Amino acid sequence: MPDPMKIRATVVGDSTEVRVLMSHEMETGQRKDAQGNVIPAWFIQNVVVAHKGRPVLNAQWGTAIAKNPFLSFKFKGGAKGDKIEITWVDNRGEKRTDETAIG
Amino acid sequence: MQNMRRKVLKAGGGVALYALLVAAGWLKAGDAAAQSWNKSAFEAKTLDEALKVFGGGSSAQSKDIVFVSTPDIAENGAVVPIGITSSIPKTEAIAILIEKNPNPLAAIFEIPPGTEPAIGTRVKMAQTSNVYALVKADGKYYVASKEIKVTLGGCGG
Repeated sequence: MPDPMKIRATVVGDSTEVRVLMSHEMETGQRKDAQGNVIPAWFIQNVVVAHKGRPVLNAQWGTAIAKNPFLSFKFKGGAKGDKIEITWVDNRGEKRTDETAIG
Repeated sequence: MQNMRRKVLKAGGGVALYALLVAAGWLKAGDAAAQSWNKSAFEAKTLDEALKVFGGGSSAQSKDIVFVSTPDIAENGAVVPIGITSSIPKTEAIAILIEKNPNPLAAIFEIPPGTEPAIGTRVKMAQTSNVYALVKADGKYYVASKEIKVTLGGCGG
């Protein structure tokens, strides 16, 4: 199981700012190992962020997203204590879901 | 098919995601195997190709798309912060394309109503390149670009 995400969600004015750090290799498939074999691509393809079950951001990612991806965005509404749930799926079909309460 | 569903169910968190993806219209119910990932756009080798597949072939330059907290010079191409804010009404999606990367399309962010069209992330850049922010708003495409100089590439071996 991959390491948990670090999620921070805070109310700023009338919106909620969400910042996420995920733990993932994000291997591009361009690199070669010491023997000259291509290291296969391994990266997060889909990210879904939901606020109380309603999606507030859907992302599709390619290999160009940096290792241990960072994501930040804001959405309208959201109150202290509301649940934020984030799920990612990588190209190997591995997935991880983490949740936090808006602070 | 049945088998696939079993696997998804077994994966625990998969249930919630599956429901979410269905809700988001990404998946037709029962089609758990197919993740929505725009394969042809992400695998395109040139900027034009990526734009074409993505549907942004004819996009208007826009001053309403702004790069925020994005450097002019990135010392380390492996971690380049990119922030994009669109003030175009009804922004539906924001995509990041890096012209000189092996696959220019880096990310697509779908912005549902209620979410501010402003996203921040970090990308890898192989070399100094123009970075394009493509915005889909009300069915039309808009684009803005910025050159980021890279002193150390992020995709080397």
